[in-house]
Amino acid sequence: MQRPGFSEAAREARLSEAALIPARPGNIGLARHDLVDAVRHWRLVVLLAWQDVRQRYRRSMLGPLWLTVSVAVQIGSLGLVYGELFHLDLQVYLPHLAVGLTVWALFSTIINDGCLSFIAAESFLKQVALPKTIFPARVVLRGLITFAHDVVILVIVLAIYSPPPVLGVLLSLVGIAIFAFNGLWIGLLFGMASARFRDLPPIVGSVVQVAFFLTPVIWLPSAIHGRLAALLALNPFACFLSIVRDPLFGQSPTLISWSIVILVTILGWGLALTMFARFRGRVTYWL
Amino acid sequence: MTSIELNNVDIDFPIYDARTRSLKHRVLGLGPLGPQRVGPAGHHRVLVHALRGITMSVRNGDRLGLVGRNGAGKTTLLRVMTGIYEPAVGSIQVNGRVASLTNITMGMDMEGTGYENIVIRGLMLGLTRRQSMERVEDIENFTELGEYLNLPLRTYSAGMLVRLAFAISTSINPEILIMDEMIGAGDKAFAEKATARLQKMMASANILVVASHASETLRQLCNKAALLRQGQLIAMGPVEEILQRYESEN
Repeated sequence: MQRPGFSEAAREARLSEAALIPARPGNIGLARHDLVDAVRHWRLVVLLAWQDVRQRYRRSMLGPLWLTVSVAVQIGSLGLVYGELFHLDLQVYLPHLAVGLTVWALFSTIINDGCLSFIAAESFLKQVALPKTIFPARVVLRGLITFAHDVVILVIVLAIYSPPPVLGVLLSLVGIAIFAFNGLWIGLLFGMASARFRDLPPIVGSVVQVAFFLTPVIWLPSAIHGRLAALLALNPFACFLSIVRDPLFGQSPTLISWSIVILVTILGWGLALTMFARFRGRVTYWL
Repeated sequence: MTSIELNNVDIDFPIYDARTRSLKHRVLGLGPLGPQRVGPAGHHRVLVHALRGITMSVRNGDRLGLVGRNGAGKTTLLRVMTGIYEPAVGSIQVNGRVASLTNITMGMDMEGTGYENIVIRGLMLGLTRRQSMERVEDIENFTELGEYLNLPLRTYSAGMLVRLAFAISTSINPEILIMDEMIGAGDKAFAEKATARLQKMMASANILVVASHASETLRQLCNKAALLRQGQLIAMGPVEEILQRYESEN
């Protein structure tokens, strides 16, 4: 049985050597090789993601800013209605809502699109033997580029209502980076599983939708007390949101939030790598 | 040394229907109230044997033509050699840079300009950005698209698009070149130029593997041929011998 050779020749060859060796159950070496090879193809990842975003620009002036405008309208109207409904101080509520909704848009885009990372790349996967990791990475990068558009809203809202501390902004960016790192395993694992089980994307979509209501996006965590609050604090979505949002308001995320984020990162990557090692070679058969 | 070695390769495609494609059915099928009473649970998959026990070795200098009827496994075998289907049974070792020209317009961005697409396609073909840039002049000359290269591809005619795709795809020099049917480009005047360019590319490859139904093309291009039938390698040898056998069987 041949194993991937990291010989001179293999290092020289830029295309397709990753996939030339047969898949063996649990071949972690090939999975690792795929990840490393995807890093070498970073320029292709950037181009593909950028191409996706540009598809949305089409020839319209606002392009993906349309999405930003719709998020802005959502923030404005929800802010007014719920602010009134819950008798909230807009000074507090609007920045909370603005950060929550834009970051949530990033989360849900990456998770939902992550399910389609391989299905949507069928034409590529059946033509060229590129490292498979390229495609989840493209989904994550595309999500981040779209999110960067929404940041415009955040800058405006935060500048008006609650200018964040510099350190908070940096910590918040670290939070985004940690989520993006998780987005990669989500795209690998859910992408593979969705290629095999085609009803998974809508199932994940519903779960994310339910999670939206269980996560303090449109409601303030301070509005809930007692055992329910403790339970909701364990929600991984809330924890990821908390490590991005809290620093912007000069608060530090709780120890529980950080613990769960780290736990999800380790478990998620562990599971994704195990499954990737096992099923990486089968993905093209399922498409 | 460029080579392709296949050792007892089997390729099976699982055929999924709506039920076996469904996670819900899979999960419910395991439960006591699951649908397994009604029909078979999701584990009994239908398998199509696309390739069976393929053992072959392709060496430096070989120009291999694949022949066989539709569904004999030619395209699947090409995809195995490209690294798209990794065999679950048997093994394959490929030494050398592979390029597969099956769909020459794959990955082209209709919103991008001609120049941008030269880089995009180049990256997909395994070139670095710099290598793609080095090929720009050659592609400019070959396509004769001139100022159009500054315009988005959506403004191109079908012929212009194919010309550009062809020029980019044939600007690389892989050690192993894999083709599913011959590719061509453009109107009559252009076809000659395209053929010359393709032949130059094929000549520079150490190994050429091409599947085709056109015997004459294979006679011109290849020195070896392999006959496939129902996923099995029936014979492999000098091109004339194999083609005669294939033609006599039909």
